[in-house]
Amino acid sequence: MDKRMTIAEVVDEIRDGMTVGIGGWGSRRKPMALVRAIARARRRNLTLVTYGGPDVGLLVAEGCVERVVTGFVSLDSIPLEPHFRRARSAGTLLLTEYDEGMLYWGLLAAANRLPFLPIRAGLGSDVMRVNPDLRTVHSPYLDGTELVAMPAVNIDVSLVHLNRVDAGGNGRYLGPDPYFDDLFCLAAKRRFVSCERLLSTEELIGSGPPQTLLTNRSMVDGVVETPHGAHFTSCVPDYGRDEEFQREYATADWNTFRARYLDGDEDDYQKAVARWRGTMDDYQKAVAG
Amino acid sequence: MTRAETCVVACAEAWRGDGAVLAGTAGLIPQLGARLAQLTFAPELLVTDGEATLLRDGEVEGWLPYRAVFAMVAAGTRHVMMGASQLDRFGNQNISCVGPWERPTSQLLGVRGAPGNTINHTTSYWVPRHSPRVFVERVDMVSGIGHDRGAHEIRRVITNLAVLDFETPDRSMRLRSVHPGVTVGEVIAATGFALTIPDEVPPTREPSDEELKLIREHLDPHGLRET
Repeated sequence: MDKRMTIAEVVDEIRDGMTVGIGGWGSRRKPMALVRAIARARRRNLTLVTYGGPDVGLLVAEGCVERVVTGFVSLDSIPLEPHFRRARSAGTLLLTEYDEGMLYWGLLAAANRLPFLPIRAGLGSDVMRVNPDLRTVHSPYLDGTELVAMPAVNIDVSLVHLNRVDAGGNGRYLGPDPYFDDLFCLAAKRRFVSCERLLSTEELIGSGPPQTLLTNRSMVDGVVETPHGAHFTSCVPDYGRDEEFQREYATADWNTFRARYLDGDEDDYQKAVARWRGTMDDYQKAVAG
Repeated sequence: MTRAETCVVACAEAWRGDGAVLAGTAGLIPQLGARLAQLTFAPELLVTDGEATLLRDGEVEGWLPYRAVFAMVAAGTRHVMMGASQLDRFGNQNISCVGPWERPTSQLLGVRGAPGNTINHTTSYWVPRHSPRVFVERVDMVSGIGHDRGAHEIRRVITNLAVLDFETPDRSMRLRSVHPGVTVGEVIAATGFALTIPDEVPPTREPSDEELKLIREHLDPHGLRET
């Protein structure tokens, strides 16, 4: 039950045209090391299912994405994702736009092997107009309420990032919110978890209360240790969002950003960020006099 | 008393009488309003830090991860004050995109939870710059639904100029009060559709001494509300 893998081995599981689920939320606890590796491997025509953040922007900027299934794309402290915006206005990106609760319900339906789950969200809104395949159902009971039949959001491969994981895929989140990472795993055929630290099962179990364990090994096919692997998104309490670097990502010319940070491997990325951080610190010391 | 302080109190007023519901907020002024309401006339209100923590007067009192928010949304035990890039006379709101959805001139956030919020529970809006660009005849992408599309309740719209509500026979937008120093004509000119204007439009109530003290010394001592 040793499911340890390398980043490259995870990316090998993702093929052009697949539907890829990405955990986290906005610019929070995103499996960015795996996202960067997909970009480097130049995968094409992917459908992303995500509570969207820089995972969307980075893969869209690199031309990997055909469609995004989401309720929003945001960098949190920078409300609008520049690369997502650019692609939408250029007409080069397809969008399946759901209410956030509908997306949750779609994942829940897929996780529970149901074709759909009823929900009120969406009724009356233009979500129904831009998703003409959505259907409604009427309650079979006396109330007869009309509800949206939110279809299961089935996923080929899901990628999530957790704080502590063992080699079998038992995983713990240490931050304030599980987001929907467990559902992303349950809704997907293949599931890969990157983590800040890989622990023995004994260490993992000893390191916190059982209710902070989010994945069990039946929900996970592969585990990869990627320290700072959520950078520049937040992965509290291991680290917060790198706001300065996020600004760099959001404002830099894309070709310059790619050449500086994406052309090597994950190790090169982390070194490049450390170099950039050193330059920033020197600059700030100089400004402070 | 500044305009921002009037707006904080006007936002707080939206939650009056709500009881133990979750106050969702987007932006500093609504957040200060919710905290002020909780500290004064709406002590049962639940206020979050914008992530997974429930706060009472800035101190942690509980845990509410995203998935639990959706349960409160569905149950209707929430009153959110959202922003709006566009808003029409029935309270239909757009935060998704401007221009045709298929290829927007400006892609914004996406619909977020606006469809689910507005059909399930009370919603209000905060508009920091009241203008005909926001208050439009038709929104480009209905994200939050208005009263003509089955909204649960759109209670208030608070702007930098005025407070609006939907207390009309067809539940369309009405001018409720103008902030001190603002004329009814200015509000009409800044609104891109015909508002219902009562014969007498009162001024928005001014903050009490206690409210001003709480805002200035306790909730926002660094004056971020003025920026």
